[in-house]
Amino acid sequence: MESNQYLSMFIDESKEHLQALNDNLLELENSPSDLSIVQNIFRSAHTLKGMAATMGFEDLANLTHDMENVLDLVRNNKLSMNDHIFDMLFKSLDALEAMVNDIVEGGSGKLDVQHIVAGLKAIVNGDSAPAAGSPSKQASADLHLSGGLDQFQLSVVEQSLQSGFHVFVIRVRLREDCVLKAARAYMVFDALERNGEVAKSDPSVQDIEQEKFDREFTVYYITKLDGQTVEHMIQDISEIESVVMTPIDAKALAQMREHSSSASESKPDSNTGRGAAQQASGANGQAGSQTGGQAKQQAGSRTIRVDIERLDTLMNLFSELLIDRVRLEQLASELQKQELTETVEHMSRVSSDLQNIVLKLRMMPVETVFNRFPRMVRDLAKNLNKKVELIVTGAETELDRTVIDEIGDPLVHLLRNALDHGLEDTPGRIAAGKPETGNIYLRAYQSGNHVFIEIEDDGRGINRDKVLNKAIERGIVKSEDADRLSDHEVYQLLFASGFSTAEVVSDISGRGVGLDVVRSKISSLGGAVTVESKLGEGTKFIVQLPLTLSIITAMLIRLANEKYAIPISSIVETTLITKEDIRIVQGMPMVRFRENIIPLVNLAEVLEVPNHELDDSAEMNVVVVHKGEKLAALIADEFIGQQEIVLKTLGDYLNRLFAISGATILGDGQVALILDTNALIK
Amino acid sequence: MGAELKLVVFSLGNEEYGVEVDKVQTIERMMPLTRVPKTPAFVKGVINLRGVVVPVIDLRERFGLAATEYTDSTRIIIVRQQSIEVGLIVDSANDVVDVDEDQIEAPPEVVGGIRAKYLRGIAKLDDRLLVLFNLQEVLNKDEIIQLEQLGE
Repeated sequence: MESNQYLSMFIDESKEHLQALNDNLLELENSPSDLSIVQNIFRSAHTLKGMAATMGFEDLANLTHDMENVLDLVRNNKLSMNDHIFDMLFKSLDALEAMVNDIVEGGSGKLDVQHIVAGLKAIVNGDSAPAAGSPSKQASADLHLSGGLDQFQLSVVEQSLQSGFHVFVIRVRLREDCVLKAARAYMVFDALERNGEVAKSDPSVQDIEQEKFDREFTVYYITKLDGQTVEHMIQDISEIESVVMTPIDAKALAQMREHSSSASESKPDSNTGRGAAQQASGANGQAGSQTGGQAKQQAGSRTIRVDIERLDTLMNLFSELLIDRVRLEQLASELQKQELTETVEHMSRVSSDLQNIVLKLRMMPVETVFNRFPRMVRDLAKNLNKKVELIVTGAETELDRTVIDEIGDPLVHLLRNALDHGLEDTPGRIAAGKPETGNIYLRAYQSGNHVFIEIEDDGRGINRDKVLNKAIERGIVKSEDADRLSDHEVYQLLFASGFSTAEVVSDISGRGVGLDVVRSKISSLGGAVTVESKLGEGTKFIVQLPLTLSIITAMLIRLANEKYAIPISSIVETTLITKEDIRIVQGMPMVRFRENIIPLVNLAEVLEVPNHELDDSAEMNVVVVHKGEKLAALIADEFIGQQEIVLKTLGDYLNRLFAISGATILGDGQVALILDTNALIK
Repeated sequence: MGAELKLVVFSLGNEEYGVEVDKVQTIERMMPLTRVPKTPAFVKGVINLRGVVVPVIDLRERFGLAATEYTDSTRIIIVRQQSIEVGLIVDSANDVVDVDEDQIEAPPEVVGGIRAKYLRGIAKLDDRLLVLFNLQEVLNKDEIIQLEQLGE
């Protein structure tokens, strides 16, 4: 089927619309009387319906159609929202989402939604139903008045009618996926003009030729043919979604004449009127979606969709360029030729700007992950019978797409935890003298080369003793060690595998498999998660994530003939030590660093560097690295310098390597390995 | 007549071996290697293959044959088996031949010191004998892990 090529576009857009529906419904739930939100919801639902119908997903289209009927009553003040309606609409959304997901997976998007449809119909058929019909009837009468013909055109029409011609107002709507709108419109005009005369068109012919119209246009057509023939003639042209013919007789003409003087005022009215009329007749076009479509077009002109693979290719090509840049810089500094140096410097500046742009292209706002949370929290809160408000800030903070793709599940875990374990139930909150509604804050912000995401609740906080008891019971901690642990260390126990403090295992937070999975997922992304808590006041989980995964700044070091890169993000300081600074504690070499005694690691020995001899006669270079709050000093033969490096994987053959997280290609074409210093800190 | 098979011919010691042309990405001269710590001895390191980092193994050492110096004729054959891309260091690689599937026989228990498990068969050509590798087994990752464990 030809629509296959549009399928991915359809999927993307329907997901967007579903998300918009979700967001708007949640917003509406907070301010049920705000009809502008209903309008937005209506538009999304309507566009979705149109798209689904075009693509032949009938169940999807039918369900949205029924949702639309309910929404239409609401926006026309014929029905006011209540809990039941909200639940029904949310259920419909879930069903729609399931259908879209089915389509994503190659299914036909079919789903048995009879009960939902019945529920929606029941709402529509409530008391307000008969009233709903009346505005549409009125509106269809209005259609004839939507003249806009000037005196001259009116007299032309009149004369034509008198000489036995038929006059029609024809509204042609092109399919949403129509690419060459102007061309299709031209074909319509061409067909019409072969058998009659177009008295007027709206928008004007010039505008149509320049594609200055949304998806539909109206013409006043004078012909000898009858309505059906004309309709068939137009529908024979491809990519036409609908044709609506309204014959004009002498009586309608008289009405038009009457109104032509006040045409300017009546026009906006007639617009909405036309919409209602069409919608009542079940056709796929109305004013609401027109404006929606235009708004989208404006947005569309500022952004384009790009296949993510192309971005990856761009990134790879840029990486190559970066390697050459480093090489050129080296050559230029060796050759000491001023013209070359200047050119290379300029190129360096341009390429670092380019680097920023390329990296930015891969960045996405965390909003794309956050936006599904309000709905999730609402549902969970209902399930748990708790009152919860989710306060999201910093949703515009940007992260690399790779991180975005992976971060959703850990955050879901943490939010569920906050809802289930963190917040007290309503009686519990009242007893604790807190407001009934619990707050969960979801914050994102950037700081340096990291993005932080915090999930904070104002619930009961972590009970140190409870955690310790559980940990001792599970054999994670020995009872004699318990007292020595700091609060912070105790909280970290929550991330140990097989740990769950909930007294009742609920289906929401699972069986204590949550937090350790969260931690391992986050550290696989190069991030870290910590927890802060105050008993009785609340708990805060802080997730730290790297801004990007593909280009990092690193310190290059030399060990004998080998070069290694250490990510700057894990370096605290570089310093010099002498043999006298080293002391042996429990058989381990240690060195004083600021206020601490930290382990000293002979890197060359650990990495089994061949032909390496530690020269401790003079001062030694050490890199102090950290893993969380733990520090270690690594001995290097030489610091080569700081450099932007492009991360490369070592491939599938070599995985699970000790202390190596990847590789990079240096300016001279050599491969240098990137150290994973976390493995060196015990 | 069976299907035609195109093989890249390479040598290790006195034996000639073959690997299917469609598994071979390129054949490279010896190039600088970056050692990767804590890997089995036959993993010689990684190379920069036009911007892609590719691990390289020494086939002699992989099969426990005596190691030799690398010479001018030493080649790295870059092969791909599913998602795994690896360079194989061989003594020389100099020929491509067509072999009829019918000419391939099951391998004996051991050929040139290499166990049958790593072999797909033996192709008997007019004047020469070609040993066909079973790349899947040669590049078996589980075996690296086992070797690592033995080493510990």
